[in-house]
Amino acid sequence: MADDSGPPDNGRPAAHRDPMATAPAGVALAFTGVGKTFPDGTEALREVSFEVRDGEIVAIVGPSGSGKSTLLRMASALTMPSSGTVAVNATAPGYVFQDPTLLPWRTVAGNVGLLAQLDGVPRAERRRLVAEAISLAGLTGFERHRPTALSGGMRMRVSLARALTVRPSLFLFDEPFGALDEITRQRLGQEVVRLHGQERFAGLFVTHSVVESVWLASRVLVLSARPGRVLAEIDVPFDYPRQPELQFDAAFGRTARTVSEALRESFA
Amino acid sequence: MTAVEQPRPASSVFSAPPSGLARGARAPSRRARTVQAVLPPLAVLGTVLGIWYAVSYLALAPRRRFLLPPPHEVATDGFGNWSAFHEILTGLGETAKVALVGLGVAAALGTVVAVLMSQARWVERSFYPWAVVLQTIPILAIVPLIGFWLGYGFRSRTVVCVLIALFPIITNTLFGLRSVDAAHHDLFTLRHAGRWARLVHLEIPSALPAIFTGLRISAGLSVIGAVVGDFFFREGKPGIGSLIDGYTRGLESAPLFAAIIMTSLFGLAVFWAFDLLARLTIGGWHDSGRRS
Repeated sequence: MADDSGPPDNGRPAAHRDPMATAPAGVALAFTGVGKTFPDGTEALREVSFEVRDGEIVAIVGPSGSGKSTLLRMASALTMPSSGTVAVNATAPGYVFQDPTLLPWRTVAGNVGLLAQLDGVPRAERRRLVAEAISLAGLTGFERHRPTALSGGMRMRVSLARALTVRPSLFLFDEPFGALDEITRQRLGQEVVRLHGQERFAGLFVTHSVVESVWLASRVLVLSARPGRVLAEIDVPFDYPRQPELQFDAAFGRTARTVSEALRESFA
Repeated sequence: MTAVEQPRPASSVFSAPPSGLARGARAPSRRARTVQAVLPPLAVLGTVLGIWYAVSYLALAPRRRFLLPPPHEVATDGFGNWSAFHEILTGLGETAKVALVGLGVAAALGTVVAVLMSQARWVERSFYPWAVVLQTIPILAIVPLIGFWLGYGFRSRTVVCVLIALFPIITNTLFGLRSVDAAHHDLFTLRHAGRWARLVHLEIPSALPAIFTGLRISAGLSVIGAVVGDFFFREGKPGIGSLIDGYTRGLESAPLFAAIIMTSLFGLAVFWAFDLLARLTIGGWHDSGRRS
Protein backbone atom coordinates (compact mmCIF):
# COMPACT_ATOMS: atom_id res chain seq x y z
CA MET A 1 0.00 0.00 0.00
CA ALA A 2 2.40 2.62 1.20
CA ASP A 3 5.35 0.80 -0.23
CA ASP A 4 5.69 2.54 -3.54
CA SER A 5 7.15 5.69 -2.09
CA GLY A 6 9.63 6.41 0.63
CA PRO A 7 12.23 3.90 1.64
CA PRO A 8 11.41 0.53 0.11
CA ASP A 9 11.00 -1.30 3.40
CA ASN A 10 8.38 0.86 5.08
CA GLY A 11 5.48 -1.50 4.73
CA ARG A 12 2.58 -2.05 7.06
CA PRO A 13 3.00 -2.03 10.83
CA ALA A 14 4.33 -5.41 11.58
CA ALA A 15 3.40 -7.28 14.68
CA HIS A 16 6.30 -9.62 14.02
CA ARG A 17 8.84 -6.85 14.43
CA ASP A 18 11.19 -7.15 17.37
CA PRO A 19 9.94 -5.07 20.23
CA MET A 20 12.20 -2.10 20.54
CA ALA A 21 14.63 -2.03 23.39
CA THR A 22 13.75 0.16 26.34
CA ALA A 23 16.02 3.07 27.10
CA PRO A 24 17.59 3.46 30.55
CA ALA A 25 15.86 5.66 33.12
CA GLY A 26 16.06 9.36 32.34
CA VAL A 27 16.67 8.71 28.65
CA ALA A 28 13.82 9.09 26.18
CA LEU A 29 15.63 7.83 23.10
CA ALA A 30 19.00 6.18 22.59
CA PHE A 31 20.67 5.21 19.32
CA THR A 32 23.65 2.87 19.72
CA GLY A 33 25.79 2.11 16.69
CA VAL A 34 22.81 2.36 14.38
CA GLY A 35 23.30 1.74 10.67
CA LYS A 36 20.76 1.59 7.90
CA THR A 37 21.20 0.18 4.43
CA PHE A 38 18.16 0.05 2.17
CA PRO A 39 17.39 -3.03 0.07
CA ASP A 40 18.55 -1.15 -3.02
CA GLY A 41 22.03 -0.94 -1.48
CA THR A 42 21.89 2.71 -0.44
CA GLU A 43 23.68 3.16 2.87
CA ALA A 44 21.79 5.95 4.60
CA LEU A 45 23.34 5.92 8.08
CA ARG A 46 26.49 4.42 9.61
CA GLU A 47 27.34 3.90 13.28
CA VAL A 48 25.09 6.59 14.68
CA SER A 49 25.02 6.91 18.46
CA PHE A 50 23.36 9.59 20.56
CA GLU A 51 20.83 10.05 23.34
CA VAL A 52 17.89 12.32 23.93
CA ARG A 53 17.28 12.71 27.65
CA ASP A 54 13.84 13.17 29.16
CA GLY A 55 12.49 16.66 28.63
CA GLU A 56 15.34 17.68 26.33
CA ILE A 57 15.09 18.99 22.77
CA VAL A 58 17.83 17.81 20.43
CA ALA A 59 18.09 19.22 16.93
CA ILE A 60 19.61 17.45 13.94
CA VAL A 61 21.06 19.30 10.99
CA GLY A 62 22.80 17.82 7.99
CA PRO A 63 22.93 17.87 4.22
CA SER A 64 20.01 16.55 2.20
CA GLY A 65 20.17 12.79 1.93
CA SER A 66 22.15 12.40 5.15
CA GLY A 67 19.47 10.13 6.57
CA LYS A 68 17.80 12.60 8.94
CA SER A 69 14.28 11.44 8.14
CA THR A 70 15.38 7.81 8.21
CA LEU A 71 16.64 8.46 11.71
CA LEU A 72 13.21 9.66 12.81
CA ARG A 73 11.51 6.77 11.06
CA MET A 74 13.71 4.38 13.04
CA ALA A 75 12.99 6.21 16.29
CA SER A 76 9.28 5.60 15.68
CA ALA A 77 9.63 2.02 14.39
CA LEU A 78 8.33 2.94 10.93
CA THR A 79 11.65 1.57 9.68
CA MET A 80 13.92 -0.96 11.36
CA PRO A 81 17.67 -0.40 11.67
CA SER A 82 20.02 -2.69 9.74
CA SER A 83 22.51 -2.74 12.61
CA GLY A 84 22.78 -1.39 16.14
CA THR A 85 19.91 -0.75 18.54
CA VAL A 86 17.29 1.94 18.91
CA ALA A 87 15.97 2.19 22.46
CA VAL A 88 12.80 4.19 23.07
CA ASN A 89 11.04 5.03 26.28
CA ALA A 90 7.68 5.80 24.72
CA THR A 91 5.10 3.38 23.39
CA ALA A 92 4.17 5.64 20.49
CA PRO A 93 6.09 8.84 20.03
CA GLY A 94 4.39 11.95 18.68
CA TYR A 95 5.41 12.49 15.08
CA VAL A 96 5.09 15.77 13.21
CA PHE A 97 5.68 15.15 9.51
CA GLN A 98 7.21 17.40 6.91
CA ASP A 99 3.71 17.95 5.50
CA PRO A 100 0.75 18.49 7.81
CA THR A 101 -0.70 15.15 6.50
CA LEU A 102 -4.24 16.15 7.44
CA LEU A 103 -7.22 14.18 6.21
CA PRO A 104 -8.98 16.65 3.90
CA TRP A 105 -12.44 15.21 4.54
CA ARG A 106 -12.21 15.81 8.27
CA THR A 107 -12.64 19.12 10.02
CA VAL A 108 -9.91 20.58 12.21
CA ALA A 109 -11.49 18.95 15.26
CA GLY A 110 -11.85 15.65 13.41
CA ASN A 111 -8.21 15.70 12.39
CA VAL A 112 -7.00 16.61 15.86
CA GLY A 113 -9.06 13.76 17.31
CA LEU A 114 -7.86 11.14 14.82
CA LEU A 115 -5.03 9.61 16.83
CA ALA A 116 -7.09 9.31 20.02
CA GLN A 117 -9.85 7.75 17.92
CA LEU A 118 -7.40 5.19 16.49
CA ASP A 119 -6.22 4.48 20.04
CA GLY A 120 -9.80 3.70 21.00
CA VAL A 121 -10.18 6.57 23.48
CA PRO A 122 -13.87 6.90 24.45
CA ARG A 123 -15.75 9.73 22.77
CA ALA A 124 -16.23 11.99 25.80
CA GLU A 125 -12.60 11.73 26.82
CA ARG A 126 -11.58 12.33 23.23
CA ARG A 127 -13.65 15.47 23.01
CA ARG A 128 -11.89 16.83 26.08
CA LEU A 129 -8.44 15.98 24.65
CA VAL A 130 -9.30 17.63 21.35
CA ALA A 131 -10.57 20.80 23.00
CA GLU A 132 -7.44 21.01 25.10
CA ALA A 133 -5.06 20.44 22.18
CA ILE A 134 -6.93 22.92 20.02
CA SER A 135 -6.62 25.59 22.64
CA LEU A 136 -2.93 24.75 23.25
CA ALA A 137 -2.12 25.04 19.56
CA GLY A 138 -3.99 28.31 19.11
CA LEU A 139 -6.74 26.92 16.92
CA THR A 140 -9.74 28.04 18.95
CA GLY A 141 -12.54 29.13 16.62
CA PHE A 142 -11.31 26.98 13.75
CA GLU A 143 -12.68 23.65 15.00
CA ARG A 144 -15.15 23.23 12.15
CA HIS A 145 -12.92 24.44 9.31
CA ARG A 146 -11.73 22.02 6.67
CA PRO A 147 -7.96 21.88 6.08
CA THR A 148 -8.37 23.31 2.55
CA ALA A 149 -9.69 26.51 4.10
CA LEU A 150 -6.56 27.04 6.21
CA SER A 151 -3.17 28.59 5.52
CA GLY A 152 -0.01 26.49 5.56
CA GLY A 153 0.88 27.71 9.04
CA MET A 154 -2.57 26.91 10.40
CA ARG A 155 -2.42 23.44 8.92
CA MET A 156 0.87 22.86 10.71
CA ARG A 157 -0.78 23.95 13.94
CA VAL A 158 -3.47 21.33 13.37
CA SER A 159 -0.74 18.76 12.82
CA LEU A 160 0.91 19.85 16.09
CA ALA A 161 -2.38 19.75 17.97
CA ARG A 162 -3.08 16.28 16.63
CA ALA A 163 0.27 15.02 17.97
CA LEU A 164 -0.38 16.72 21.32
CA THR A 165 -3.61 14.77 21.96
CA VAL A 166 -1.72 11.56 22.65
CA ARG A 167 0.46 13.28 25.28
CA PRO A 168 3.67 11.79 23.96
CA SER A 169 6.73 11.82 26.19
CA LEU A 170 8.82 11.90 23.01
CA PHE A 171 8.15 14.16 20.04
CA LEU A 172 9.74 13.65 16.62
CA PHE A 173 9.75 16.62 14.24
CA ASP A 174 10.68 16.00 10.61
CA GLU A 175 11.47 19.48 9.24
CA PRO A 176 7.92 20.49 10.03
CA PHE A 177 8.22 24.18 9.23
CA GLY A 178 10.50 23.96 6.20
CA ALA A 179 7.79 24.95 3.75
CA LEU A 180 6.59 27.98 5.69
CA ASP A 181 7.59 31.60 5.45
CA GLU A 182 10.18 32.96 7.87
CA ILE A 183 7.80 34.71 10.28
CA THR A 184 5.35 31.82 10.51
CA ARG A 185 8.28 29.52 11.00
CA GLN A 186 9.58 31.56 13.92
CA ARG A 187 6.16 31.77 15.52
CA LEU A 188 5.62 28.04 15.31
CA GLY A 189 9.10 27.47 16.68
CA GLN A 190 8.11 29.63 19.67
CA GLU A 191 4.95 27.57 20.04
CA VAL A 192 6.99 24.38 20.16
CA VAL A 193 9.20 25.82 22.90
CA ARG A 194 6.17 27.04 24.81
CA LEU A 195 4.44 23.65 24.53
CA HIS A 196 7.68 22.01 25.57
CA GLY A 197 7.70 24.22 28.64
CA GLN A 198 4.18 23.09 29.54
CA GLU A 199 4.29 19.44 28.56
CA ARG A 200 7.96 18.66 29.23
CA PHE A 201 8.28 16.20 26.38
CA ALA A 202 11.60 15.13 24.92
CA GLY A 203 12.03 16.22 21.32
CA LEU A 204 14.13 15.28 18.32
CA PHE A 205 13.89 18.08 15.77
CA VAL A 206 15.21 17.67 12.22
CA THR A 207 15.75 20.93 10.38
CA HIS A 208 17.73 22.57 7.58
CA SER A 209 18.00 25.83 9.43
CA VAL A 210 20.99 26.45 11.69
CA VAL A 211 19.23 29.32 13.45
CA GLU A 212 16.14 27.23 14.08
CA SER A 213 18.23 24.36 15.45
CA VAL A 214 20.14 26.55 17.90
CA TRP A 215 17.08 28.52 18.95
CA LEU A 216 15.00 25.41 19.70
CA ALA A 217 17.41 22.85 21.04
CA SER A 218 19.64 22.33 24.02
CA ARG A 219 21.92 20.23 21.83
CA VAL A 220 22.55 20.16 18.09
CA LEU A 221 23.79 17.08 16.23
CA VAL A 222 25.45 17.63 12.87
CA LEU A 223 25.23 14.72 10.46
CA SER A 224 27.65 14.06 7.61
CA ALA A 225 26.66 13.54 3.99
CA ARG A 226 25.55 10.03 3.07
CA PRO A 227 26.13 7.71 4.76
CA GLY A 228 25.15 9.87 7.71
CA ARG A 229 27.38 9.84 10.80
CA VAL A 230 27.35 12.19 13.77
CA LEU A 231 30.10 14.69 12.96
CA ALA A 232 29.61 17.03 15.88
CA GLU A 233 27.50 17.37 18.99
CA ILE A 234 27.20 20.98 20.07
CA ASP A 235 25.73 22.11 23.41
CA VAL A 236 23.50 25.15 23.34
CA PRO A 237 23.98 27.03 26.61
CA PHE A 238 20.70 28.99 26.85
CA ASP A 239 17.89 28.46 29.33
CA TYR A 240 14.23 28.12 28.45
CA PRO A 241 11.96 29.95 27.94
CA ARG A 242 13.84 31.62 25.10
CA GLN A 243 12.86 34.88 23.53
CA PRO A 244 12.86 35.44 19.75
CA GLU A 245 15.42 38.21 20.27
CA LEU A 246 17.88 35.60 21.50
CA GLN A 247 18.90 34.95 17.92
CA PHE A 248 20.45 38.43 17.72
CA ASP A 249 22.58 37.81 20.83
CA ALA A 250 26.34 37.56 20.41
CA ALA A 251 26.54 34.28 22.33
CA PHE A 252 23.81 32.85 20.12
CA GLY A 253 25.81 33.93 17.08
CA ARG A 254 28.89 32.12 18.34
CA THR A 255 26.98 28.86 18.86
CA ALA A 256 25.28 29.18 15.48
CA ARG A 257 28.68 29.75 13.93
CA THR A 258 30.07 26.55 15.50
CA VAL A 259 27.10 24.62 14.11
CA SER A 260 27.47 26.30 10.73
CA GLU A 261 31.14 25.42 10.50
CA ALA A 262 30.50 21.80 11.42
CA LEU A 263 27.71 21.71 8.87
CA ARG A 264 29.98 23.14 6.18
CA GLU A 265 32.46 20.36 6.93
CA SER A 266 29.70 17.83 6.48
CA PHE A 267 29.31 18.90 2.88
CA ALA A 268 33.01 18.31 2.19
CA MET B 1 -2.67 32.96 22.46
CA THR B 2 -0.36 34.85 20.21
CA ALA B 3 0.21 34.65 16.52
CA VAL B 4 -2.75 33.03 14.85
CA GLU B 5 -2.60 33.38 11.10
CA GLN B 6 -6.14 34.05 10.04
CA PRO B 7 -7.10 32.69 6.63
CA ARG B 8 -7.61 35.74 4.48
CA PRO B 9 -11.23 36.54 3.77
CA ALA B 10 -11.83 35.96 0.07
CA SER B 11 -13.05 39.48 -0.49
CA SER B 12 -9.73 41.06 0.37
CA VAL B 13 -7.72 38.99 -2.07
CA PHE B 14 -8.30 41.17 -5.09
CA SER B 15 -8.04 44.89 -4.99
CA ALA B 16 -10.26 46.87 -7.29
CA PRO B 17 -8.74 47.30 -10.75
CA PRO B 18 -7.85 50.86 -11.69
CA SER B 19 -10.60 52.51 -13.68
CA GLY B 20 -10.26 52.54 -17.44
CA LEU B 21 -9.01 48.97 -17.50
CA ALA B 22 -10.10 46.66 -20.31
CA ARG B 23 -13.65 45.50 -19.81
CA GLY B 24 -12.63 41.82 -19.66
CA ALA B 25 -10.93 42.46 -16.34
CA ARG B 26 -14.12 43.46 -14.56
CA ALA B 27 -15.59 40.65 -12.47
CA PRO B 28 -18.78 39.54 -14.22
CA SER B 29 -21.99 39.63 -12.22
CA ARG B 30 -23.81 36.46 -11.36
CA ARG B 31 -26.39 37.08 -14.03
CA ALA B 32 -23.75 37.78 -16.65
CA ARG B 33 -22.04 34.54 -15.76
CA THR B 34 -25.29 32.59 -16.13
CA VAL B 35 -25.80 34.16 -19.55
CA GLN B 36 -22.23 33.28 -20.46
CA ALA B 37 -22.82 29.68 -19.44
CA VAL B 38 -26.19 29.25 -21.12
CA LEU B 39 -25.91 31.30 -24.27
CA PRO B 40 -23.13 29.47 -26.17
CA PRO B 41 -24.69 26.00 -25.95
CA LEU B 42 -28.07 27.51 -26.89
CA ALA B 43 -26.44 29.09 -29.93
CA VAL B 44 -25.02 25.70 -30.91
CA LEU B 45 -28.47 24.15 -30.45
CA GLY B 46 -29.98 26.82 -32.70
CA THR B 47 -27.35 26.19 -35.36
CA VAL B 48 -27.95 22.45 -35.25
CA LEU B 49 -31.71 22.97 -35.59
CA GLY B 50 -31.04 25.29 -38.54
CA ILE B 51 -28.88 22.70 -40.29
CA TRP B 52 -31.50 20.08 -39.48
CA TYR B 53 -34.22 22.16 -41.18
CA ALA B 54 -31.92 22.82 -44.12
CA VAL B 55 -31.24 19.11 -44.61
CA SER B 56 -34.95 18.20 -44.23
CA TYR B 57 -36.24 20.79 -46.68
CA LEU B 58 -33.35 21.53 -49.00
CA ALA B 59 -31.23 18.39 -49.19
CA LEU B 60 -33.95 15.75 -49.03
CA ALA B 61 -36.56 15.26 -51.72
CA PRO B 62 -40.10 15.22 -50.21
CA ARG B 63 -40.50 11.46 -50.64
CA ARG B 64 -37.24 10.87 -48.81
CA ARG B 65 -37.97 13.39 -46.05
CA PHE B 66 -38.89 10.55 -43.67
CA LEU B 67 -35.13 9.98 -43.24
CA LEU B 68 -34.89 13.23 -41.32
CA PRO B 69 -38.25 14.80 -40.54
CA PRO B 70 -38.00 18.51 -39.63
CA PRO B 71 -37.78 19.30 -35.87
CA HIS B 72 -41.37 20.56 -35.54
CA GLU B 73 -42.69 17.30 -36.99
CA VAL B 74 -40.68 15.38 -34.41
CA ALA B 75 -42.26 17.64 -31.81
CA THR B 76 -45.85 17.22 -33.01
CA ASP B 77 -45.79 13.58 -34.18
CA GLY B 78 -43.30 12.26 -31.62
CA PHE B 79 -43.80 14.27 -28.44
CA GLY B 80 -47.23 15.70 -29.31
CA ASN B 81 -48.88 12.42 -30.21
CA TRP B 82 -49.93 11.16 -26.77
CA SER B 83 -50.28 7.46 -27.61
CA ALA B 84 -46.83 7.40 -29.23
CA PHE B 85 -45.29 9.46 -26.43
CA HIS B 86 -46.96 7.36 -23.76
CA GLU B 87 -45.48 4.26 -25.37
CA ILE B 88 -42.05 5.93 -25.36
CA LEU B 89 -42.32 6.92 -21.70
CA THR B 90 -43.41 3.41 -20.69
CA GLY B 91 -40.54 1.90 -22.67
CA LEU B 92 -38.09 4.32 -21.13
CA GLY B 93 -39.42 3.39 -17.69
CA GLU B 94 -38.73 -0.29 -18.36
CA THR B 95 -35.23 0.51 -19.59
CA ALA B 96 -34.58 2.85 -16.67
CA LYS B 97 -35.51 0.07 -14.26
CA VAL B 98 -32.95 -2.22 -15.87
CA ALA B 99 -30.29 0.52 -15.97
CA LEU B 100 -30.73 1.51 -12.33
CA VAL B 101 -30.87 -2.04 -10.99
CA GLY B 102 -27.87 -2.94 -13.18
CA LEU B 103 -25.93 0.09 -12.00
CA GLY B 104 -26.78 -0.65 -8.38
CA VAL B 105 -25.63 -4.25 -8.68
CA ALA B 106 -22.47 -3.19 -10.56
CA ALA B 107 -21.69 -0.52 -7.95
CA ALA B 108 -22.14 -2.89 -5.01
CA LEU B 109 -20.32 -5.79 -6.64
CA GLY B 110 -17.54 -3.61 -8.08
CA THR B 111 -16.86 -1.85 -4.79
CA VAL B 112 -16.78 -5.08 -2.80
CA VAL B 113 -14.46 -6.71 -5.36
CA ALA B 114 -12.15 -3.68 -5.37
CA VAL B 115 -12.02 -3.56 -1.56
CA LEU B 116 -11.19 -7.27 -1.41
CA MET B 117 -8.50 -6.80 -4.05
CA SER B 118 -7.01 -3.88 -2.13
CA GLN B 119 -6.92 -5.90 1.09
CA ALA B 120 -5.20 -9.00 -0.23
CA ARG B 121 -2.71 -9.17 -3.07
CA TRP B 122 -3.66 -12.74 -3.88
CA VAL B 123 -7.26 -11.73 -4.52
CA GLU B 124 -6.08 -9.04 -6.92
CA ARG B 125 -3.59 -11.36 -8.60
CA SER B 126 -6.25 -14.03 -9.03
CA PHE B 127 -9.17 -11.94 -10.18
CA TYR B 128 -7.90 -8.77 -11.81
CA PRO B 129 -6.76 -10.51 -15.04
CA TRP B 130 -10.25 -11.97 -15.35
CA ALA B 131 -11.84 -8.58 -14.82
CA VAL B 132 -9.72 -7.34 -17.72
CA VAL B 133 -10.77 -10.33 -19.83
CA LEU B 134 -14.39 -9.61 -18.97
CA GLN B 135 -13.84 -6.08 -20.21
CA THR B 136 -12.22 -7.18 -23.46
CA ILE B 137 -14.89 -9.73 -24.44
CA PRO B 138 -16.99 -8.02 -27.09
CA ILE B 139 -20.14 -7.91 -25.03
CA LEU B 140 -22.40 -8.20 -28.06
CA ALA B 141 -20.78 -11.54 -28.82
CA ILE B 142 -21.87 -13.09 -25.55
CA VAL B 143 -25.26 -11.39 -25.27
CA PRO B 144 -27.03 -14.20 -27.21
CA LEU B 145 -25.41 -16.70 -24.86
CA ILE B 146 -26.79 -14.85 -21.86
CA GLY B 147 -30.29 -15.08 -23.32
CA PHE B 148 -29.72 -18.74 -24.04
CA TRP B 149 -28.85 -19.34 -20.37
CA LEU B 150 -30.99 -16.90 -18.45
CA GLY B 151 -34.01 -16.33 -20.67
CA TYR B 152 -35.08 -13.27 -22.61
CA GLY B 153 -36.50 -11.00 -19.95
CA PHE B 154 -35.55 -8.57 -17.20
CA ARG B 155 -32.91 -10.84 -15.69
CA SER B 156 -30.85 -11.11 -18.88
CA ARG B 157 -31.15 -7.40 -19.62
CA THR B 158 -29.87 -6.61 -16.14
CA VAL B 159 -26.98 -9.03 -16.49
CA VAL B 160 -25.88 -7.38 -19.75
CA CYS B 161 -26.12 -4.02 -18.05
CA VAL B 162 -24.00 -5.19 -15.10
CA LEU B 163 -21.35 -6.70 -17.38
CA ILE B 164 -21.00 -3.43 -19.25
CA ALA B 165 -21.00 -1.16 -16.18
CA LEU B 166 -18.87 -3.22 -13.79
CA PHE B 167 -15.30 -2.67 -14.95
CA PRO B 168 -14.91 1.11 -14.46
CA ILE B 169 -16.20 0.77 -10.90
CA ILE B 170 -13.64 -1.91 -10.05
CA THR B 171 -10.69 -0.10 -11.62
CA ASN B 172 -11.52 3.35 -10.29
CA THR B 173 -12.26 2.14 -6.79
CA LEU B 174 -9.11 0.03 -6.69
CA PHE B 175 -7.06 2.94 -8.01
CA GLY B 176 -8.53 5.19 -5.32
CA LEU B 177 -7.90 2.73 -2.51
CA ARG B 178 -4.31 2.27 -3.66
CA SER B 179 -3.53 5.96 -4.13
CA VAL B 180 -3.60 6.84 -0.45
CA ASP B 181 -0.76 9.13 0.55
CA ALA B 182 2.18 7.18 2.03
CA ALA B 183 2.54 9.73 4.85
CA HIS B 184 -1.11 9.15 5.80
CA HIS B 185 -0.39 5.44 6.00
CA ASP B 186 2.60 6.21 8.24
CA LEU B 187 0.33 8.24 10.49
CA PHE B 188 -1.96 5.26 10.91
CA THR B 189 0.99 2.88 11.32
CA LEU B 190 2.32 4.98 14.19
CA ARG B 191 -0.90 4.38 16.11
CA HIS B 192 -0.79 0.66 15.25
CA ALA B 193 -4.08 1.04 13.40
CA GLY B 194 -5.65 -2.21 12.27
CA ARG B 195 -6.79 -3.13 8.80
CA TRP B 196 -10.39 -2.15 9.45
CA ALA B 197 -9.58 1.27 10.93
CA ARG B 198 -7.29 1.92 7.99
CA LEU B 199 -9.98 0.94 5.52
CA VAL B 200 -12.80 2.90 7.14
CA HIS B 201 -10.97 6.03 8.25
CA LEU B 202 -8.35 6.32 5.53
CA GLU B 203 -8.66 4.22 2.39
CA ILE B 204 -12.36 4.49 1.63
CA PRO B 205 -12.64 8.25 2.26
CA SER B 206 -9.47 8.82 0.20
CA ALA B 207 -10.95 6.73 -2.59
CA LEU B 208 -14.31 8.54 -2.70
CA PRO B 209 -13.37 10.96 -5.51
CA ALA B 210 -12.15 8.05 -7.65
CA ILE B 211 -15.22 5.99 -6.72
CA PHE B 212 -17.45 8.80 -7.95
CA THR B 213 -15.49 9.05 -11.19
CA GLY B 214 -16.13 5.35 -11.72
CA LEU B 215 -19.81 5.75 -10.86
CA ARG B 216 -20.26 8.56 -13.35
CA ILE B 217 -18.67 6.55 -16.15
CA SER B 218 -20.66 3.46 -15.24
CA ALA B 219 -23.91 5.40 -14.99
CA GLY B 220 -23.59 6.27 -18.68
CA LEU B 221 -22.57 2.72 -19.54
CA SER B 222 -25.52 1.25 -17.64
CA VAL B 223 -27.94 3.17 -19.88
CA ILE B 224 -26.12 1.83 -22.94
CA GLY B 225 -26.21 -1.67 -21.45
CA ALA B 226 -29.93 -1.46 -20.77
CA VAL B 227 -30.68 -0.29 -24.33
CA VAL B 228 -28.52 -3.09 -25.77
CA GLY B 229 -30.41 -5.53 -23.54
CA ASP B 230 -33.71 -4.22 -24.98
CA PHE B 231 -32.57 -4.98 -28.50
CA PHE B 232 -31.84 -8.59 -27.72
CA PHE B 233 -34.27 -9.61 -25.00
CA ARG B 234 -37.85 -8.76 -25.77
CA GLU B 235 -39.81 -10.82 -23.33
CA GLY B 236 -42.21 -8.81 -21.19
CA LYS B 237 -42.96 -5.11 -21.70
CA PRO B 238 -40.83 -3.55 -24.45
CA GLY B 239 -38.00 -1.30 -23.40
CA ILE B 240 -36.99 1.82 -25.26
CA GLY B 241 -34.42 -0.14 -27.28
CA SER B 242 -36.96 -2.47 -28.78
CA LEU B 243 -39.27 0.49 -29.48
CA ILE B 244 -36.45 2.25 -31.34
CA ASP B 245 -35.87 -0.92 -33.32
CA GLY B 246 -39.59 -1.18 -34.12
CA TYR B 247 -39.88 2.49 -35.20
CA THR B 248 -36.89 2.02 -37.48
CA ARG B 249 -38.41 -1.00 -39.14
CA GLY B 250 -41.74 0.77 -39.53
CA LEU B 251 -40.08 3.94 -40.90
CA GLU B 252 -41.83 5.94 -38.16
CA SER B 253 -39.16 8.56 -37.95
CA ALA B 254 -40.89 11.14 -35.72
CA PRO B 255 -41.39 8.78 -32.74
CA LEU B 256 -37.98 7.30 -33.51
CA PHE B 257 -36.33 10.67 -33.01
CA ALA B 258 -38.46 11.39 -29.94
CA ALA B 259 -37.39 8.05 -28.43
CA ILE B 260 -33.72 8.75 -29.12
CA ILE B 261 -33.97 12.22 -27.58
CA MET B 262 -35.75 10.87 -24.50
CA THR B 263 -33.08 8.17 -24.04
CA SER B 264 -30.35 10.79 -24.26
CA LEU B 265 -32.15 12.98 -21.71
CA PHE B 266 -32.38 9.99 -19.38
CA GLY B 267 -28.64 9.35 -19.73
CA LEU B 268 -28.00 13.01 -18.98
CA ALA B 269 -30.27 12.90 -15.93
CA VAL B 270 -28.42 9.89 -14.52
CA PHE B 271 -25.08 11.61 -15.09
CA TRP B 272 -26.31 14.78 -13.39
CA ALA B 273 -27.70 12.83 -10.47
CA PHE B 274 -24.27 11.35 -9.77
CA ASP B 275 -22.61 14.69 -10.30
CA LEU B 276 -24.94 16.16 -7.69
CA LEU B 277 -24.36 13.24 -5.33
CA ALA B 278 -20.59 13.68 -5.70
CA ARG B 279 -20.87 17.38 -5.01
CA LEU B 280 -22.96 16.80 -1.89
CA THR B 281 -20.63 14.09 -0.61
CA ILE B 282 -17.12 15.29 -1.36
CA GLY B 283 -17.65 18.84 -2.63
CA GLY B 284 -16.62 20.22 0.76
CA TRP B 285 -13.07 18.96 0.49
CA HIS B 286 -12.29 17.71 -3.00
CA ASP B 287 -12.00 19.72 -6.19
CA SER B 288 -13.61 17.08 -8.38
CA GLY B 289 -16.76 17.32 -6.27
CA ARG B 290 -17.24 20.96 -7.16
CA ARG B 291 -19.03 22.12 -10.27
CA SER B 292 -17.87 20.26 -13.34
